Amino acid sequence: MNKVLIGLLLGALLGAIDGGSAWFTPAVRGMIVGIIFGSTLKGLIAGIAAGIFARKVNSVPLGILFGLGVGFVLAFLVAWKQHGYYFEIILPGSIVGMIVGWATQRYGAQPQTRQA
Amino acid sequence: MKFLSDRALDRLRGSSVPDLSGTRYELRELVARGGMGVVYAAEDAKLNRRVALKILDAAGASEELTARLIREARILAQLEHPGIVPVHDVGTLPDGRVFYTMKFVEGLRLDKYLEQITSLPQRLRLFLRICDAVAFAHARGVLHRDLKPANVMVGSFGEVLVMDWGLAKILQESNPAESQETVFLPSNSASPGNKSTKSTVVTGHGTVLGTPGYMSPEQARGQVESISERSDIFSLGALLKFVTADDSPEKNQALPRPLRAICGKAMAERPDGRYANVNDLAADVSRFLDGLPISAYSENIFEKLGRFYQRHQVAILLITAYLVMRFLVLYFFHR
Repeated sequence: MNKVLIGLLLGALLGAIDGGSAWFTPAVRGMIVGIIFGSTLKGLIAGIAAGIFARKVNSVPLGILFGLGVGFVLAFLVAWKQHGYYFEIILPGSIVGMIVGWATQRYGAQPQTRQA
Repeated sequence: MKFLSDRALDRLRGSSVPDLSGTRYELRELVARGGMGVVYAAEDAKLNRRVALKILDAAGASEELTARLIREARILAQLEHPGIVPVHDVGTLPDGRVFYTMKFVEGLRLDKYLEQITSLPQRLRLFLRICDAVAFAHARGVLHRDLKPANVMVGSFGEVLVMDWGLAKILQESNPAESQETVFLPSNSASPGNKSTKSTVVTGHGTVLGTPGYMSPEQARGQVESISERSDIFSLGALLKFVTADDSPEKNQALPRPLRAICGKAMAERPDGRYANVNDLAADVSRFLDGLPISAYSENIFEKLGRFYQRHQVAILLITAYLVMRFLVLYFFHR
C-alpha cells in the first residue's frame, strides 16, 4: 500500500471517529451526521497531504510536524466557519494530523524509481 | 642457556624477509604474523596500488603448508563478496616460496573498532554484515573455522571484511590428514593484542585450526568429521557475545535476555541445538533489532507489552495524547 493511500484511509477513519466524538457534546448532537462527514473530509485531505509529503520527505519528526500543520489549518478553517468551538475542533484536528503524519512516514511503500 | 645478540637476531630476522625480485611487487612493511604465514604490505608496480602479500614463513615452508596457502588463495578466489577480502594474484618467489596478494585493507580490527562504537544497534548491524559474508561462504560450501574478532576488519569507510581463511574447509572435501591429533600452541602465534585469544589449536601439521573461546566443542575435540556450518555458527555466537559486550564477555549480564538467548542458542554444546544456518541466526538478530519476537526466546506477557510499546512508542504517545485531550475537552468545556 502506498503512503498516499495509507494517509487517505487513516485520515478518513480518524476524521470519522473524531467527528463521532461530537456525540458527547449535547449541544451539537443534532448535527452529528454533518460533523462526521465534514470531519471525515478534513481527515481525508490531511491524510492525502501527509501522504504526498511522506513521498517527498523521509523524516518522522518532519512528517509529524507537517501533519500537525495541515491538521491545524484545516481544523481552524472549520472552526472559523462554525464561529466557535475553536479548542474542541482545532486540538483534536491537529493531533489527528500528527497521527496521520507519523503513520505515513512509518508505513507505506515509497514509489518505485524508474530504471534508466 | 645461550642468548643471541641483537645483531644476530636482526640477521636471522632479515633472512626471512622475502625476496620479491622478478615479481611485480615491491616490499613495504610487515603487517602481521600469523600461525601459518606472514602478511606484508607491498606495492604492485604494474597497477601502482598497495596490496597485502601473504607468504609462508621461511622456516616453515613445507610442501604441506605451501599447498595450504595455495588452497587458501583458491578458496578466497571463489568467494567474491564485499565482505570477504579479494585475492589478486598467486605466485612463486625466486626462493621457491609461494605467495598470494590480496586487497590491502586499511582500517581497524573488529576489537579495536568496537572501542569507538557504543551503540548496541550499530554493533548488531555490524555483526549482521559478518553473518552475510559467512553465509555467502557457506552457500559456496566453505567453512571459515576460525571466526574471531582478530579475523574481522572494518575498513575506513565502514566496510566489514572477514579475513584469514587459512583454516577454511571446503565441505564435502575429504582430508583425512586433518583428523590428526590436536595440540596447543602458545599465544604468540595468534593475532597479537586480542585479549580473548589465549592460545591456538593446531593439527599435527602445525596449522592453526581454531581459537579457544571461539571454536566449537567438536572443533576443540578435534572431531573433524563433525565440523559443519554449525561449527561456524558457534564461533559467530561467541563473536556476537564479544560484539555486544562492552569490553569483555563478563559484562554480558547487562545484555537484553533475547540477545543472550540468541548467543546461547548459537553456542549450544551440541551442534543440533544451534541454529541450522547462518541466515537463521542473522534473522533472529534482525528481528531483535526490529523489536520483533525471536525464535530463540519465548517472552512473557510483560516483555511482549514492553516490546510492543518500544516498537510503537510514537503512535502510542500520539493516540494517548489524543484521548487525553478529548477527555479534557469534554470534561472542561461541556460540564
